[in-house]
Amino acid sequence: MPDATFLDSTELVLNMGPQHPSTHGVLRVILKLDGEKILGTECVIGYLHRGVEKIAENRTYAQFNPYVDRMDYVAAVSNGLGYCLAVEKILNIEAPPRAQVVRVILTELNRIASHLLWLGTHALDIGAITPVFYCLREREEALKIFEKYCGARLTTHAFRIGGLLYETYDGFEQDIKAFCDWFLPKVDEYEELLTNNRIWVGRLKNVGVLTADECKEYGVTGPVLRAAGVKWDLRKAQPYSGYEKYEFEIPIRQNGDTYDRYLVRMQEMRQSVRIMRQAVDSIPEGPIMGKVGKVIKPAVGEAYVSIEAPKGELGYYIVSDGATQPYRVRVRPPSFVNLQALDRMVRGGLVADVVAVIGTLDIVLGEVDR
Amino acid sequence: MADEQKPEGSVPPPGSGGEPPKAPQKPAAPAAKPAAAKPAGAAAAGGHAAPPKAPATMAATPWDSPLAHDLKERFPGRVLETSTYLGQNFIVAKPDAVIAVLEYLKLEADFDYLVDITAVDWVKRAERFDLVYILYSFPRNERVRVKTYIPESYKPETAVTVHLGANWLEREVYDMFGIEFAGHPDMRRILLPEEWQGYPLRKDYSIIQQDQTWVRENLEIESGQ
Repeated sequence: MPDATFLDSTELVLNMGPQHPSTHGVLRVILKLDGEKILGTECVIGYLHRGVEKIAENRTYAQFNPYVDRMDYVAAVSNGLGYCLAVEKILNIEAPPRAQVVRVILTELNRIASHLLWLGTHALDIGAITPVFYCLREREEALKIFEKYCGARLTTHAFRIGGLLYETYDGFEQDIKAFCDWFLPKVDEYEELLTNNRIWVGRLKNVGVLTADECKEYGVTGPVLRAAGVKWDLRKAQPYSGYEKYEFEIPIRQNGDTYDRYLVRMQEMRQSVRIMRQAVDSIPEGPIMGKVGKVIKPAVGEAYVSIEAPKGELGYYIVSDGATQPYRVRVRPPSFVNLQALDRMVRGGLVADVVAVIGTLDIVLGEVDR
Repeated sequence: MADEQKPEGSVPPPGSGGEPPKAPQKPAAPAAKPAAAKPAGAAAAGGHAAPPKAPATMAATPWDSPLAHDLKERFPGRVLETSTYLGQNFIVAKPDAVIAVLEYLKLEADFDYLVDITAVDWVKRAERFDLVYILYSFPRNERVRVKTYIPESYKPETAVTVHLGANWLEREVYDMFGIEFAGHPDMRRILLPEEWQGYPLRKDYSIIQQDQTWVRENLEIESGQ
């Protein structure tokens, strides 16, 4: 055996984060490398841990409502919907029809806003500078609608247990319709920029593959699961808030790679527009708040309710001991569970792919760490 | 509306203001702590004035289905209860039967997706923790919860052997409740720092309690509050 020379390679441990720009928050990934090849990874998380579940036990049901917005802060409306539905379930009540339709509209608008932020930053990570400007421009219009509706852009606290606090403003329907008409061609525009772009395809195709079986094994849901060919969306599988009334497709792809996840999300934005258009034409008249007492005090019991958030299955498991404060609130965060599959997706790949895969998982660290 | 600010118990979120937040003011004195519990930092631990009731008072009705029958037949004396509450089905199994039940549900009954693992602390009960496994079946489009009651010292077997996704979920349960899973490949804290003392989601851990030593040594400040 010749003596070791500088050409000999050894394994290298590389620290990515917690402040790396492509981690979209404070995520630290420890990479074990052989040259550029990844031998293994370890995620270090918890930098944003605020003890949301502990806070829940020390607040009344209604007081905890705004806290859920701070988990997945780019999809605050979805978080609020999930929480309200869970409390309504344990109270065994339902929001009035008008509230349900408005909820669907705002949640779908939020899905678009969330996907837009994902698309822009993901493209930025890959090296395409332009899309992020386009995406933020369009997202701005969505946020303006939130602002007009409830005064807040990001952490909206848009829904209340039992229905809505705010009636829709004058011109709400027109705003939504105008947004839909204006936004749909924009999706084509993004696709024109990216879908057949050689660099985009080269960086994303066959990168970070996660098969359908692996997804189920890890509990991965949302667009990641659908890109692996599983036609599963909670809005269809177990409809809530009247989603069964709307016609829409569940976009799926077969390869389960980063490129397919991109395509699935692009289709999802179009489907969201489709749902919003149907919903806005069918807002019934009536009250926006159900019969909920001033003091929310569910009977002793427990319930698990989950919704299809932009990132995947977002669930709330609430245990009541009959008091005005929840005895336990467990949040089942899609980002946390999906992030677990990162190691499986990047192992054997290249360092540069980690950036693409983290991007395509669409995690929000506020939700991972809670 | 019903859920606008409620003056009683309106406490600034931890870390938001200058002065230390007070624990929520509930009328009665804080529930007496069991002898085994560590002395909580603040006098008012948790927010629950009323002593936690046993979950037996939940108005659950028996769950009658082929699957429930199968389970009772397959695990006689080990599946204690098959019930339904608010249209949601759950099974209560003996602690040592849980992994076998999960395996059976996955292989024989198509419950192929482990949604979540979590725990609930019933601090005054002899079997202190509820351990809850939420399952979903893609082919059946059906959910079921598997629950078990375990005492504080009990080390449940890991579910990683059945569902790979259990790894992080069990680590979080360990992190927050101090329930150690036997046979887990990587039983470490996941959200809190590894050296942190105490398990925050236990009921005898006050909301303003924290590991002061850790904060002093690592953040070089007196208190994180």
